[in-house]
Amino acid sequence: MEIITNHLLTILIFLPLAGAITLLGFQRDNDGGVKLIASFFGFMNLILGLVLFFCYSGNGAVFQFVEKYQWIKSLGIQYYLGVDAVSMYLITATTLMTAICLVASWNIKKYVREYFLCILFVESGVIGALAALDLVLFYIFWEVMLIPMYFLIGIWGDYKRIYSTLKFYIYTMAGSVIMLVAIFTLYWLNGKGNFEILGMYNMSIPASKQMLLFLAFFVAFAIKVPLIPFHTWQPDTYVNAPTAGTVLLAAVLSKMGVYGFYRFALPLFPEAAMRFTPVIATLTLVAVVYISLIAIVQKDMKRLIAYSSVAHLAIIVLGMYLLTTQGVQGAIFQMLNHTVVTGALFLLLGILFERSASRQIKDYSGLAKQMPLYATFFMIAMLASVGLPGTNGFIGEFLLFIGIFKANIFYAVIACSGTVLGAIYILWMYQRSFFGPLEKEENKKLPDMNVREFGYMIPLIILIFVMGIFPQYFIKKFNNTTVSFINTVKTGHAVSMIIDNK
Amino acid sequence: MIKYVWLVPFFPLIGVLINGILGWKLEKINKGIIHWIACGAVGLSFLVVWMIFRELLNLPPEHRHFEIIVYNWFTSGVLSVNVAYLVDPLSITMSLFVTGVGFLIHVYSIGYMGHDEGRYYRYFTYLNLFMFSMINLILANNFVLMFLGWEGVGVCSYLLIGFWFENKEFASAGKKAFVFNRIGDFGFVLGMFLLFFSVGKYTDIYTLNFYNAMSHVKFIPVAVASAVGILLFIGATGKSAQIPLYVWLPDAMAGPTPVSALIHAATMVTAGVYMVARCAPLYLHGHSAMEIVAIIGGVTSFFAATMAIAQYDIKKVIAYSTISQLGYMFLGVGVAAFSAGVFHIVTHSFFKALLFLGAGSVIHALSGEQDMRKMGGLKDKIPVTYWTFLIACLAISGIPGLSGFFSKDEILGKTFASGHYFLWFLGTVTAGLTAFYMFRVLFMTFFGESRVEPDVAKHIHESPATMTVPMIILAVLSAIGGYIGVPHLLGGSNRIESFLEPSFSYGGIETENLFHHVPAGTEYFLMIIAVLVGLAGIYVAYLFYMKNKSIPENLVKKYPTLHKLLYNKWYIDEIYEAVFEKPGHFLGSVLWMIWDELIVDGIVKGVSNIVRGIGCGLRFVQTGSVQFYAVGVLLGIVITVTYFLNF
Repeated sequence: MEIITNHLLTILIFLPLAGAITLLGFQRDNDGGVKLIASFFGFMNLILGLVLFFCYSGNGAVFQFVEKYQWIKSLGIQYYLGVDAVSMYLITATTLMTAICLVASWNIKKYVREYFLCILFVESGVIGALAALDLVLFYIFWEVMLIPMYFLIGIWGDYKRIYSTLKFYIYTMAGSVIMLVAIFTLYWLNGKGNFEILGMYNMSIPASKQMLLFLAFFVAFAIKVPLIPFHTWQPDTYVNAPTAGTVLLAAVLSKMGVYGFYRFALPLFPEAAMRFTPVIATLTLVAVVYISLIAIVQKDMKRLIAYSSVAHLAIIVLGMYLLTTQGVQGAIFQMLNHTVVTGALFLLLGILFERSASRQIKDYSGLAKQMPLYATFFMIAMLASVGLPGTNGFIGEFLLFIGIFKANIFYAVIACSGTVLGAIYILWMYQRSFFGPLEKEENKKLPDMNVREFGYMIPLIILIFVMGIFPQYFIKKFNNTTVSFINTVKTGHAVSMIIDNK
Repeated sequence: MIKYVWLVPFFPLIGVLINGILGWKLEKINKGIIHWIACGAVGLSFLVVWMIFRELLNLPPEHRHFEIIVYNWFTSGVLSVNVAYLVDPLSITMSLFVTGVGFLIHVYSIGYMGHDEGRYYRYFTYLNLFMFSMINLILANNFVLMFLGWEGVGVCSYLLIGFWFENKEFASAGKKAFVFNRIGDFGFVLGMFLLFFSVGKYTDIYTLNFYNAMSHVKFIPVAVASAVGILLFIGATGKSAQIPLYVWLPDAMAGPTPVSALIHAATMVTAGVYMVARCAPLYLHGHSAMEIVAIIGGVTSFFAATMAIAQYDIKKVIAYSTISQLGYMFLGVGVAAFSAGVFHIVTHSFFKALLFLGAGSVIHALSGEQDMRKMGGLKDKIPVTYWTFLIACLAISGIPGLSGFFSKDEILGKTFASGHYFLWFLGTVTAGLTAFYMFRVLFMTFFGESRVEPDVAKHIHESPATMTVPMIILAVLSAIGGYIGVPHLLGGSNRIESFLEPSFSYGGIETENLFHHVPAGTEYFLMIIAVLVGLAGIYVAYLFYMKNKSIPENLVKKYPTLHKLLYNKWYIDEIYEAVFEKPGHFLGSVLWMIWDELIVDGIVKGVSNIVRGIGCGLRFVQTGSVQFYAVGVLLGIVITVTYFLNF
């Protein structure tokens, strides 16, 4: 037991890789075995993720489960892992979503083994990037998750898959390369001969140098989230990716962008971040209104949810940057909600598209009659997405809005208007596809959710309510972490003010 | 019993869980189990409220205040929100009639929804969920839990309006209700935040608890208090269907009739009035907000009454009447007559629920017909419905002795006393219109020769006992319910006012000069005018629809534009569509197709094309030698890093 808890993060990172390697040992046509083994590994990692969640103490040190070894001594690169509450939550959420994605992908027809292999690879990359406390280690994992994603979309995607995956890859790659340059610059500036992220928090870089470095990191993460104007890869990619790919992108990878802001852009360059805050606020607020308006007129269900995801993420980023206690805590809580709710919505859409080829709203009507259980689940996820009290979405939005309000009333007014628009586009979509008469002959044959689908959806549905009714259980774990985050940024800001004045 | 107040929302919640999870199975076994659970849950809630009420009465007035904390919902920095319930005269008065009327309508639903195969359990699940939310709205001790109920009732309303979702228009009406409520909630949430931070700023007490916040509201500037009041009131205009957000309520009649009675007449729509009353100290302090509440209330009551007189759908008439009566309530609380407003909520819930249940009984008898032009002469065929409906009509028209008389008179009297003479005039005219359109319904439906279609006429039957018994009980309440608030002028002691008073007057805000002293003679005079106007309304309706039926037709011919304007509800829906909906869609399409896809994405593609162009030019660099590449990469990094460092 000791050995597991001491190396929990390492195991979490490499267990999926081990699973991927095990899959290679299978015959190409042994699909059943592949599915079982892949799901088994996903499930094992989920259990470890839950162990991480339950063992992380909200009252203890901010960083826990730390592992630190020299790796490439000459360059000062270390194998340095550790989690604070935010990365802990995101890791647990990743293990959950991956496990669900694995079970949800049982109907994949071609290259089954490779498909599951890719998903497990993504999981390793994501958990590694979240756990890394060394910049180079982080960067390696950050890139590692990109490659299997590229294949997932390119091979198993819809008809525009090649275009989409290239667009996705080039966009993300462009961001990453700029970030790599900034990482080396940081190393030089630091002068301690290592890449320790936490050590760099009190580097006090002069404000003039912070600007460019901040931008370099900002662009990389803004693409990943995505924020406007870096978002145009997103709808195409989300729509054309296979269900598991979309879920991973929306529920897991998009958080990597926000996490990047949280871990790097804000605490490393507080002065620059604060100077850019009005710009970022403008971008995010424009995104809320603009993306929501676009979402209203969408004809493709998956595209609509993709846009809604962008709008929700924009508010999260805004709350994070405004640095009020409620705003930051709301942002973190809402990240988890977004994982659960957007993940649930895309999974549900996947269930429908496995039965019927069309993604167009107009091809459906009266689904609530034909697939009542499915319609109920969709309704719950939808209501959580519009922030209905009693669901998790409310707590996140409420904290975010009150935090934004504290910083700037004007921002809060625009941000809140998003809730009205959000209700319009998603309810209208639901109304057109689920309500109304069951007209089309082919829709009269659609079966409701089966046991497997019910099985992997129900945890998310339960989480929606549990997190909405007992949110304090989750919030109290990240209380210390957020306080220390805000302090780091604010102190950093104060210090660089002093330096600048000299 | 008071410390078990959490049982009140708990019972319906259990009902939701059982019927929601197992209902589909129960429906196959025995439908009876479903409605026994649902009705039983609400009945138990009512009993608990009743016991708490008795306990409260035994306490001296200044001790009638309890806050029961169930658990800490969430805490973030200075913000801490509990799931906690408030027991005071106001919340218990509201809970009493909500659970009471709610129970009766649950029972009525057994008969009304009995024919609805396959979705019976859903109906009762939604209904119980509604009760759960509504009770939370009323009993919450803080804004956030109230908001849970506030939005919760909105969702139930959405689900129940669109209950027969195969009909596209019904489903659309549900969405409309939700969206318009959301617009209101947008204001509500901002008002809540503004209150939180402004009370915090001036007193260093950060709280969303009602009593705590309201006790300190006098320390914030009047202008801020007014702003908070207006923002919260925007929420109320959405929930309680006032100008400008009322348009969803008439469409909401798409839902099953018991739902219209419960949600869209007796309980949910009064939530806005309750909220204003709950925040009495805030509105007393920010008096311009209160002024706006009174004006909106008065104008809405008149405006909605004009629309009611030209409708032919029986439920639509009653729906506009509800909007109009809600306007009265806002008028009441808007002139600081909080207990009068709440009193009218209570009496209105009796007679308006009864009107809807009566209408439902008529519709049930006529196999779903709602057009009054196809009714008539039903008086003897469905006598119980007729007599109860008549009592409700008399009550709403303000005939002396019945419940509506006392509460309406109280509001109009206070409006006059507070110096709002124009609003008093508007209210009195509305009273006449109310009597007119209600008796128009009565005469068109129950009197004259039958215009019922022949194949429908064969099936006309009085409703079963599960429907008529609740109607009879409500009829009794509509008749005598007013005696809890007989004014001093008529020799009563206005018990409801003195019971409720402690819930409004704790903010420490000067209220003495709000009402002028009105001599008893004037008061009698005002009362008589109101009654005469009501009687005049009834007489005109008699003249138009009983005695000389050509008058309405002639009027329509003489003033075609006015009739068209009224019949089409002043074209407000069309105006909203032209001003908001269409441009919104257009903007969305333009942003998507032209701005996002063409320009933003176009720039991205442009960049990639340029890169490709450069790539073609640089093809010769691709020597295939790894060392060469490595040197290139290294050089690149060194150059950029040097640049960064010297920047």
